[in-house]
Amino acid sequence: MVISISNITKKFGNLTVLKGINFDLDRGGIFAVLGPNGSGKTTILKIILGMVIPQSGEVMIDGKVVNKSWGHRKGIGYLPQIARFPDNLTVNELISMIKDIRQMPAEEKVLIEKFGMEPFLNQKLSNLSGGTRQKVNIILTFMFDSPILILDEPTAGLDPLSLVRLKELIQQEKEKGKIILITTHILNLVESLADEIIFLLEGDIYFKGSVQELTKKTGMNDLEHSIARILE
Amino acid sequence: MISKVLKYSFSDLIRSRWSYVYLVFYLVLGFTLLFLNTNLSKAIITLMNIVVILTPLIGTIFGVMYYYNSREFTELLLAQPIKRSSIFLGQYLGISLSLTISLVAGLGIPFLIYGLFQSSVILDFIMLLLSGAFLTFIFVALSVNIALLNTNKIKGFGYAILMWLFFAVIYDGIFLISLVLFDDYPLDQFTLVASLFNPIDLSRIMILLKLDISALLGYTGALFQKFFGTYLGSFISFGTLLLWVIIPVSLMTRFSNKKDF
Repeated sequence: MVISISNITKKFGNLTVLKGINFDLDRGGIFAVLGPNGSGKTTILKIILGMVIPQSGEVMIDGKVVNKSWGHRKGIGYLPQIARFPDNLTVNELISMIKDIRQMPAEEKVLIEKFGMEPFLNQKLSNLSGGTRQKVNIILTFMFDSPILILDEPTAGLDPLSLVRLKELIQQEKEKGKIILITTHILNLVESLADEIIFLLEGDIYFKGSVQELTKKTGMNDLEHSIARILE
Repeated sequence: MISKVLKYSFSDLIRSRWSYVYLVFYLVLGFTLLFLNTNLSKAIITLMNIVVILTPLIGTIFGVMYYYNSREFTELLLAQPIKRSSIFLGQYLGISLSLTISLVAGLGIPFLIYGLFQSSVILDFIMLLLSGAFLTFIFVALSVNIALLNTNKIKGFGYAILMWLFFAVIYDGIFLISLVLFDDYPLDQFTLVASLFNPIDLSRIMILLKLDISALLGYTGALFQKFFGTYLGSFISFGTLLLWVIIPVSLMTRFSNKKDF
């Protein structure tokens, strides 16, 4: 699997969010997309998915331009930032609906058990708390064996135990050789998981490399201070 | 894939309270009219006036309302391997079909009970339902377009209602004023063409002519009868109604393909 992004430009009205971004992800691993608020992290992820249409540039997966197509989403598991679901469905109905739409083998049972979701399966989604909805979000994303995972703030609202479980899960998926793109504000997650950091600043890639390289570049001891240094 | 989206949005809508309210409204309307006046033909004329105004209004309101309320569902689908146009077409068909079913069942049941099949007005009744169905499909498509172009709910609702008001009331007003102002000129062609540009007027004329009461319309009625009464005329009027569905639907797929979510 190779994802290559070339020359992506995106404007929302007068606001230029991405100014010609280029990068390649040519091997499996965990890639953390970092940057201050409004730096275009979610936008770039949604462009890869085809949910946001860029003004110019191309997204290629395994040499095929996927900008305007939809078939490539079969190979992508996407965890959106805000877990919003049709309110009048139950968790079970939602899971079987997505399975029906995707027509792929799914292993939701293991995940349901892992996140302790059994008691909520017949509850309507509108009755669930934010953290529980996020667990539903996680189950929907990880139940298919997709070679690419796009996780937008996967930790939002999770309790510490679920956070540990999620980390294990991401690690497991990485070992299968998947490309995992993740945005998060929890830097300890980045330090413990990420193979590479893509740091977006003012619409451009400010830095791409490992955590060690970043701390070296900024001359700081840890990731948190390095990032604070960049943003100063 | 379109059928799967249709299946889920349709079942979602059928479960919603509003579909039942709409169905019950037509049931009550149909039974009341037939109870007060067992003459099916007269009931159809009364119903026509209600159907040509109400189906566009309900289609408009449901179209915008469903679009804004199902954003979560849409976003969920957008991340799945489904073509964008299939998502929007599926949802569009879901709304239009569920509204049409409410209309057909709501008016059909009372008319069947009051002996529709034994009467001679069955074709007129079918014409009424067909126009109602067309108007539903047309106005749902128009209002979904408005919703797609307006992220702001309040604005979207406002424009959609204005659109309905334009076709239901304002258009006829302008039409009448221009007829009075240009009274000295021959307006036959103009009148005919102008009625094609408003689906509500077009449906109303088609039903009136089918009911064979065009004499009530005087000279214009005769003119319309001459045009719409012919095969060519009905072909053109049906074709125009079809275009009123096809053009907004293709615009809908175009707008949706360009939109960011």
